[in-house]
Amino acid sequence: MTTSSNPTLVDESELVSRAQAGEDEAFAELVARYQNKIHRLAKNITQNNEDAEDVLQETFLKAYSHLAGFQRNSRFYTWIVRIAVNEALMKLRKRRNDRTVPLDEPVDTGEEAVTREIAVWEDNPEQRYSREEMQQILDEAVEDLKPDFRTVFALRDIEELSTEETAEALGISVPAVKSRLLRARLALREKLTRKFKRKGEDVFAHL
Amino acid sequence: MLTCKQFLEELNDYLDPSIDPETKRHLEAHVCECPNCFVIVDTTVKTLRVFRGMEPQPIPEDLKNRLWAALERKMAAKKRSA
Repeated sequence: MTTSSNPTLVDESELVSRAQAGEDEAFAELVARYQNKIHRLAKNITQNNEDAEDVLQETFLKAYSHLAGFQRNSRFYTWIVRIAVNEALMKLRKRRNDRTVPLDEPVDTGEEAVTREIAVWEDNPEQRYSREEMQQILDEAVEDLKPDFRTVFALRDIEELSTEETAEALGISVPAVKSRLLRARLALREKLTRKFKRKGEDVFAHL
Repeated sequence: MLTCKQFLEELNDYLDPSIDPETKRHLEAHVCECPNCFVIVDTTVKTLRVFRGMEPQPIPEDLKNRLWAALERKMAAKKRSA
């Protein structure tokens, strides 16, 4: 099976039409287009390589099986994201029931967001670290978030779904998305500030 | 004048480009007066920028091969049953 390496070559909507008409090459093109993003999302939610692989595979197998039922009232990408989120959350629940997740996971008390670390950043941290180092820093920061927060953050700020799309994908309200997103953003800001703050110029810390 | 706590509860709205101008002005007034919240806004924007700047890494070859093998089995099964 061959797929194009240029993701902008054919419009997504046209690919979906062709795939729904039974053209497997068009479906393969859609898989090639989104496999990396779906894998990243699955890894961000499950925080487990084996689960992320299962989620990736199940997502596209289910999408293929149910393609005829895709009503096209959302983007194809949003539709497969919903499938992936469901699969990933099932994996998370299963691991929780297996008691393999750490029991000292922070509890969401619904209290105010944390902003202890107040310091300006060094200039352009993106240029001071290699791509791999930066990826590792970001992965570790996300990994430390509680699952509810990192799932919302992954959908809104990494995969760039809208607030409404995120709420729909997770089956939660828009205010719940906003509240979790705020706490996730501030927690990540806190972690990255510890990493990227300008050394010796913690000028605002005393205020 | 908002307190820092009140401002932080509205931080997402402040960062949302579709915010209405009046709310923006209301929140801006706090940022202009509060160096702590100014830094929090700046570092939150930078946090989002570093995450959004990362392209997804290509999935490993062996994983890609397993995915495609599974898809091809599914496609072949569908053709047989057609």
